[in-house]
Amino acid sequence: MIEVEHLTKYYGDLPAIQDVSFGVKKGEILGFLGPNSAGKTTTMRILSGYMPPTAGKARVAGYDVVTDSLEVRRRIGYLPETVPLYHEMAVRDYLAYMAALRGVAKPAQAAERAMEACGLTERREMLIGKLSKGYKQRVGLAQALIHDPEVLILDEPTIGLDPRQIIEVRNLIKGLGGSHTVILSTHILPEVSQVCERVMIINKGRIVAEDTPERLTGRLRGAQHVHIQVARPARDTVTSLEAVPGVLGVTDQGAGSYEVEMALDADPRAQIAELVVGRGWGLLELRPVSMSLEDIFLTLTTEDAAAAPAGEAQAAEAQNVGGSHDGRHARGGQSR
Amino acid sequence: MRNAWLIARRELGSYFTSPIAYAVTAVFLVIVGYFFGMILYLSREATMRYLFYNVTTFLLLIGPALTMRLVAEERKSGTIELLLTSPVRDGEVITGKFLAALLLWLAMLALTLVYPLLLKAFGNPDPGPIFAGYVGLVLSGAAVLALGTLASTVTANQIVAALLAFGLSLILWLTDAMQNLVSGPLASFFSYLSLSVHFEDFPKGVIDTKDVIFYLSVVAAALFIATRMLEARRWKG
Repeated sequence: MIEVEHLTKYYGDLPAIQDVSFGVKKGEILGFLGPNSAGKTTTMRILSGYMPPTAGKARVAGYDVVTDSLEVRRRIGYLPETVPLYHEMAVRDYLAYMAALRGVAKPAQAAERAMEACGLTERREMLIGKLSKGYKQRVGLAQALIHDPEVLILDEPTIGLDPRQIIEVRNLIKGLGGSHTVILSTHILPEVSQVCERVMIINKGRIVAEDTPERLTGRLRGAQHVHIQVARPARDTVTSLEAVPGVLGVTDQGAGSYEVEMALDADPRAQIAELVVGRGWGLLELRPVSMSLEDIFLTLTTEDAAAAPAGEAQAAEAQNVGGSHDGRHARGGQSR
Repeated sequence: MRNAWLIARRELGSYFTSPIAYAVTAVFLVIVGYFFGMILYLSREATMRYLFYNVTTFLLLIGPALTMRLVAEERKSGTIELLLTSPVRDGEVITGKFLAALLLWLAMLALTLVYPLLLKAFGNPDPGPIFAGYVGLVLSGAAVLALGTLASTVTANQIVAALLAFGLSLILWLTDAMQNLVSGPLASFFSYLSLSVHFEDFPKGVIDTKDVIFYLSVVAAALFIATRMLEARRWKG
C-alpha cells in the first residue's frame, strides 16, 4: 500500500532523512519510533504530499506522492503533529467542512459518524478553541478518519491525552487495522508494542531497525537474563551460580539480588532454583528479564550504538546496556 | 471550483465569527457616511462622483485589513498543512480565499447603496454614473484584494502581509506619477499600470472595456503568482 524507496530530504544543508526505504502492506499498522527530530514528521509530511522529497520515491496506493499528489491526497487521512484546527469553528461545522473538502458526498452525516467514533458527540456545538487539549486531539483524529481513507498517517496521535483517552484512542486505531493501512509515529514505547504489528525505529534520519515488536526484542536480546533474589546470600553464591552449566555470567547487584546471563539455547533455570534451595539461601524470586522496547530504543538511538552495524554488534551492545542498568531491567521485566 | 466555494464559505464564516468583518465594515461605513455628508453639504449636487474617488482611496486601507489574514493565518496556525494535504488544488485555495474577501467587499458596498437612495429621495441624480461608479469600485476593489491575497501568501505574519499589501497597492496606485520623471512610451506605460488612472472614467459614467480588462488582468496575475507562491513550497527541494 505504501512503498518508500531511498527517500532523502534536506532542509538547506541539513539532512532530515537519508535513504529511508520501507513498505507497508494493506491493512497493516506500522509504528514509527524515534526520538524528537529523528525525521518522523518529515517522512510523514512527504507521504501526505505536503512537501516533496529531495531525492527518492514514495508511492501511496500505487500513486507517486509528487507527480500524483492529488490522487494520493484523496486516499489518505492525515493528522499532523500540531493539530491544525480553526478555533473559531464549532466541532460539527469543522468536521463537515473537512468532509466536504475531501469530497465526501454527505458531509453532515460523515461528521456525525466521525464524532461518534471519536467520542465528540456531546461537544458537537462547542467552538474548537474552547475545547480541552484532549478533545482537540480527538477532533484532529476525527478529521483524519472522516472520509474513511485507505491510508491513515498519524503523527503522534496520543500526545496530550490523559491515560484513559490514550487507551481509547489506541483501541480506536487498533480497530482500524485490517481495513485501513496505518502509519503512526510516537515516542511512547509501550504504545508501539500494544498497537503496532510492525515497528520501525528511526534515528538521525536513518532507519536503524525494523521488525515486529516481539521479534525486535528477541533479536536484540542476544542472551537471556534471569533475575534472582535470595534471602541469605553466601560468599560463594556468585561462583556457585557461575558453575551451573549454561550460565554465562553473574552480576551481583547487592542485597541478595543477582542478574544471571544464560546462553540462548540453554535454560538452566531449574538447576539454578535447585542450587539456591539446596544450599539454603532462601529463594525469594526468580524471573526472566527481557529487554523492553525501551532498552532497544535507547540502545539503537544512543550515539555510538547507532553507528554500529546491525546484527551481532548491536546485540552485544544491547547486552552491555542491559547488564549495566539494573533499573531499566526491572522495568523491562514488568512490561512483559 | 466547488472546493474554492467551500473554502470561501468557511472563510466568510470566520470573518464574521472574528471581529474583523464588523470592525472593518463599521469603520468603512462611518468614513463613507462622513464624506457623503460633507461632500453633499459643500457641493449641493445630487452626485456620487466625488464620493467614489474618495472611497477608492479608503480601499488602500480597507483592502489589506480584509486580506492580511487569508493565508498568513493558516500558515501561522498550521491549518495550511491540512488544507494542502486535502485533495484541493493550490489554485482553488487561492481563489477561495480571494472570493471570500471579494464577497465581503461587495457586502460593504451594498450597505453604501443607502446614499444613492437618499439622493434619489431628495434629488434627481443621474443613475448612469452611479452604476458605473459602483462597477469601478467592485473592479478596483477586486484588484486591491487580489494583491492583498498575494501578499498574505508570502508570509505567516499578518502585519507583514498587511503592510506588503498596502505597499504593493499604493505603488501600483501611484505609478502614473512617474510621468513627471520620464516621457514618451515609458510615461504611458507607467500611466497604464496605475490602478487610479483606470478608475477615473467610471464615476463619470464611462465603463471602458480597456479599464475593465486592466483590473481583471491585475486580479488574474496576482492570483496566479499567489498560487505559484503556494506551490513553491512543493519544489523547494
